[in-house]
Amino acid sequence: MGRYVLRRLIQMIPVFVGATFLIFVMVYALGDPVSALFGDRGPDPATAKALREEFNLDKPVWQQYLLYMGDILTGDFGTAFNGEPVTALMDRAFPISFRLMVTALVFEMLIGITLGVITGLRRGRSLDTSVLVLTLAVIAVPTFVLGTTAQYFLGVEFGWIDPAVSPDARLDELIVPGLILSLVSLAYVTRLTRTSVAENTRADYIRTAVAKGLPRRRVTVRHLLRNSLIPVITYLGADVGTLMAGAIVTERIFNIQGVGYQLYQGILRQNSPTVVGFVVVLVLIFLLANLLVDLMYAVLDPRIRYA
Amino acid sequence: MRGSTRNRLTGAVAGVMAVALAVTACGGGDGSGGGGGGSFVRASWGDPQHPLEPANTNEVQGGKVLDMIFRGLKRYNPETGEAEDAMAESIETDDQRTFTVTIEDGWTFSDGTPVTAKSYVDAWNYGAHIDNAQIASYFFQFIEGYDEVHPVDEGAEATADTLSGLEVVDDHTFTVRLTEPFSLWPETLGYAAYAPLPQAFFDDHDAWLDKPIGNGPYKIDSYSRSQSMRLVRNDAYAGDDKAKNDGVELRVYTDNNTAYTDLQAGNLDLIDDVPASQLANIGNDLGDRYINQPAGIIQTVSFPLYDKDWKGEDGAKLRRGLSMAIDREEITSQIFHDTRTPAGDFTSPVLGEAGGYKEGLCGDACDYDPEGARELIEEAGGLPGGKVTLTSNVDTGSHRQWMDAVCNSINNALNDTGACTVNPVPTFADFRNRVTGHEMTGMFRTGWQMDYPLIQNFLQPLYYTDASSNDSGYSSEEFDRLIDEANAASEEDEAIEKFQQAEEVLAEDLPAIPLWYQNGTAGYSERLDGVKLNPFSVPVFTDITVD
Repeated sequence: MGRYVLRRLIQMIPVFVGATFLIFVMVYALGDPVSALFGDRGPDPATAKALREEFNLDKPVWQQYLLYMGDILTGDFGTAFNGEPVTALMDRAFPISFRLMVTALVFEMLIGITLGVITGLRRGRSLDTSVLVLTLAVIAVPTFVLGTTAQYFLGVEFGWIDPAVSPDARLDELIVPGLILSLVSLAYVTRLTRTSVAENTRADYIRTAVAKGLPRRRVTVRHLLRNSLIPVITYLGADVGTLMAGAIVTERIFNIQGVGYQLYQGILRQNSPTVVGFVVVLVLIFLLANLLVDLMYAVLDPRIRYA
Repeated sequence: MRGSTRNRLTGAVAGVMAVALAVTACGGGDGSGGGGGGSFVRASWGDPQHPLEPANTNEVQGGKVLDMIFRGLKRYNPETGEAEDAMAESIETDDQRTFTVTIEDGWTFSDGTPVTAKSYVDAWNYGAHIDNAQIASYFFQFIEGYDEVHPVDEGAEATADTLSGLEVVDDHTFTVRLTEPFSLWPETLGYAAYAPLPQAFFDDHDAWLDKPIGNGPYKIDSYSRSQSMRLVRNDAYAGDDKAKNDGVELRVYTDNNTAYTDLQAGNLDLIDDVPASQLANIGNDLGDRYINQPAGIIQTVSFPLYDKDWKGEDGAKLRRGLSMAIDREEITSQIFHDTRTPAGDFTSPVLGEAGGYKEGLCGDACDYDPEGARELIEEAGGLPGGKVTLTSNVDTGSHRQWMDAVCNSINNALNDTGACTVNPVPTFADFRNRVTGHEMTGMFRTGWQMDYPLIQNFLQPLYYTDASSNDSGYSSEEFDRLIDEANAASEEDEAIEKFQQAEEVLAEDLPAIPLWYQNGTAGYSERLDGVKLNPFSVPVFTDITVD
C-alpha cells in the first residue's frame, strides 16, 4: 500500500510538469498582454517595454517557463497585473471554492446516492420514472438559467437569501449556490447509482445474502450499495476538480470570488502568472483526488488489493 | 477481515467529516460583511486593473476611488464639465507656455501632513518617470524635460530624474514650463493623474498601496483588495464639495447582473453601468431611479489608411459610402436601448456647444442614405475585392451584436449579403496588438474615452500625424497645422474655433467614421437622493444624500 502510494506520487511529477508547460504555452500563445493595459490608447513603447521586463515577457517562452518554474519551487507564484502577488489571490480564492465544492459534493452524495438507491430498487415504478424525467430536465437546462432563476426568486421575490454572496462566503450563504452547482452532477450521480444498483440486485452474492436470511436493510447497505458505489466514487473523484475549477458560471452569478472567477479574470487580462498558478494547484488537486479514489476502491471492494 | 474493512470505512467517513467540519470552521465569519449602517452609500464596484496610483489608473473603476480620495488643482463640474479651481488659487501665464501655479492654503492629506507645491511636483515627477512604468505617464508629455525622464524609444534609459520644466518656488507656488504653447493646458488638470501625493507615498510605497492616503472629500477606512473598500467622510477636507453622507461602501461584483439583482433585493444602493441585458425592463424595475446620460465616450470605426486599398480618392469615397450605409438610429435604439446616441461629429455632447461639440458637423456622411451609399461605392469601383470586414474584440460589451447589425445594414444598403462580414477577435489584448501592429485590412472598431473634457483630447491624440492613438495612420498637413494653431491661440474661443476647423478636415477625409456617443448609466435604490454622473460617467458620491 505504502509503496503503491509512493509510486503514484512519483508518477505525478511528469504529469505536473507537462500540464503546467502546456498551460503556460497556451496562455503565451494568446499574444502579448501588455498593450491591453493601455485601453483603447496606443501604448507608449517605453512604458510597455518596462512592463514587459517586469513580467519577464521580453524573454523567449522556454526561458519564461524556466524562470517561472524556478520561482514556483521557492513559493513565488509571481504578480498579477493589479500588483498583488498571485499567492494572495490563491489564499482568498481556494478556501472559498473549496467550501463551495464541499457543499456541492455533500448534496451530490446525500441526495444523489439516496435517489439512486431508491430508484434502482424500484425500477419501472412511477417514482423511478419521475426521478428519471427530472434528472433529464436538470441535465438539459443550463446552469446559468437555473442559477439566475433561483437567485431571482429566492433572493428578490421571496427574500429568503441574499442574491450576492459576501466576500467572507460563509457556509450558510453557499447553500443555494452549492445546490445549483451540484445539480448537473447530482443528476448524473443519481443515474449512475441507479444503473449500478439495478445491475447488482441480480448478482449472485446478493441472492446468497438474501437466502441466508440477512435483514433487508443490511443486504442493501452492506452488500448492494458498497459494491455499487465504485463507478459513483470514480465519478465523484473526478468531479472534485471539476467543481472547483468549473464553478465559473455559478461563481459569477452569485458573486463568489473563487477560483473560477480568478481564472476568468486572468484569462481576460492574459495574465499568465495568475492562470498558470491557479491551474498548477488545480492539477495537484485533480491528481490527489484521483489517488484518493483509487485507494477508496480497496476500501469498498475487498477483492481489490494494492501491493 | 470484516472488522478491519469496517474500521477502514468508518475511518474514511470520519476523515471526510473532519474536513467538512474544518471547512465549516473557517467559513464561520463574523458576518460583518453586509449591512452598512448610518448614512453609508452601498455601491457596486469592479476590481481596478492596476494598483491604485493616480498616474497608473486609466479606467473607471480605479478612477471612481481616486475621484473620492483626491482633489487636484482643478475639478470638472459634474454638470457642465467645465474645469473649475479646486486646490488651485490661480494658474497664470503670459505666453501659453510657462504657467505659475499658486495653490490654496489650509489643505491637508488625511494623514495630517499639509499639501504643498512639493507634493505636486514630486507626484508629477513620479508619474512621468519611465522606471515607475505608470500607465498614464503620457499626461506629463507636454511638460519640458519629459523626453529625458521618459524616452520614447524602446529600451532607452532615462537621462534625468526629474522634469526640468517643474520648479518649486515656495510652499504654495510652483512653475511649469511646457515644450510648446498649449493654451488649454490648465483645463486638463482636473484629471486624477495630476493629483498631489503625500510624503508617505514615497517613504513606504507598499503600505500606501494597501491603504492609499489622499486629500479628497473621503478617506479610506478599510480596503480588502478586489473585494471591498469602505470610505468615510474626511472631516478635515478643505474643498467646497464636502460629502453629504457619512461614507461609501464599494463592493466588488463578479458580474454586473448580480449587482443589479442585489439592487432589486435592496442589498445595494447604487449601480453604475447597468448591464445591457437589463436595459429592456429597467423602466419597470426602477422607474425614474435610472440615469442615462451622455458620457465622454465616442465609438468610431477606423480604416487602415496604411493599406493601399483604402488610400487616395477612391478610398475616401468608399469610406464615405460605408458611413452612409450604416443606420445608426436603428442600431442605437434596437441594440442599445438608447444608451447610445447616433454621432454627428468627432467629439462628445458632454463638451457642450461652448466646449466645441457641434451637432451635425459630420454632415451627410453620418446620415443614413442607402441609395447614396451604393452610388458612392460604385463610383469608387466597388469594395476592394468585393467585400469588407469589420474587426473588433468580442470579449466585452455588446460588440458582437452591434457589429452584426452594422454589417447587416451595409449589406442591405448594397443589396449584397456577402459584402460585409464580421471578424471577431477573442480578446481585447489580441485585438489591440493587431491594431497597433497595423495588421488591419478592413474596418475596425476604435473607441475613445476622453481624458479630460476638452475638444483637443478628442482630436489630437487620435488624428494628429503619428499621434499616440492614431490607429488608422491618418496624416493631414492641414489638420496638423490647424491643431498647432489652436494650441497656440491665446483665447479659448479662438482655440475652439480652430479645433472645429480641424474637425471639419476630418469630416471631409473620414479616416474614421463616427458611430455613436456612449452614455453612462446608473440605477439606484429608494434610499438615495441627488444621484448624478459626472462627464466621466462616475457617480458624484459627495452629492448623494441617504434617507
